[in-house]
Amino acid sequence: MARYFENTTTFNFSWDQVARGYWKRYPNPQSSHVLSEDTWSRQVKDGCLYTKRLLTKTNRVPKWGERFFNAKSVKIIEESIVDPEKKILITYTRNLGYTKVMSVVERVEYRPGVSGTTVARRSAWVDSQVFGFSRAIRAFGLERFKKNASQMVNGFNHVLNSMYPRQSHSSVYTLKEERSRNVLPAVHTS
Amino acid sequence: MNSIGEECTELKQKYDDCFNSWFSERFLKGDHDDSMCAGIFKVYQECVKKAMKQQNIDFKDIDKDVLGTENEFKAPPTDNS
Repeated sequence: MARYFENTTTFNFSWDQVARGYWKRYPNPQSSHVLSEDTWSRQVKDGCLYTKRLLTKTNRVPKWGERFFNAKSVKIIEESIVDPEKKILITYTRNLGYTKVMSVVERVEYRPGVSGTTVARRSAWVDSQVFGFSRAIRAFGLERFKKNASQMVNGFNHVLNSMYPRQSHSSVYTLKEERSRNVLPAVHTS
Repeated sequence: MNSIGEECTELKQKYDDCFNSWFSERFLKGDHDDSMCAGIFKVYQECVKKAMKQQNIDFKDIDKDVLGTENEFKAPPTDNS
């Protein structure tokens, strides 16, 4: 069973501002774990912008996990689609390599919210296929994901605040909803 | 932000600057012509691909698309418990 997690975050910035800020998220004071960021491919298709980026991040694991996952850094593929007409930004992130040890998939959808805000709906799937350790690895992966996700929101807000400084109240974000559960392993070819 | 190849970081920053102004000033305003940064993107990409080759990164896995395909994960149905 993969672990599933979702939450909703409201940014006090317009969708256009969030979309512009998205590409400037790194570096920020909360992103010391992000080592590099590159655009791998990018094209406009049917009025939407399709982008694929490659990120490398540090890989912090507890002592017991080092035997499975001793890489100093992990590579992350981030696909995204920006639909400027409908005002939807979708990002889909997965780790490259080590997916049998631990696979983390994150999908975030940014849409306009009420009174000039933007709502980000985040879903995440954490899975592991290491015999005898998969439960522990999934639980660890989920906790690490949650921590990183809240850091990511703080860091993104920091960037948005410096890009659009007039909205000084914007560092306040609300965690509206959060749920986490076990789900059947998702069908995935990687 | 750094590029995966140290020698590509300067090109990356130039490309990112170009992209960010294109995205902000053109794309979001309905102009979908993306030729503006094509030149610098090509040079930057060549640099990144070379750097990745040196680091033995598998391109095949990166080229695979998931978002918008049937391989994309779907959120499980909401339970009412």
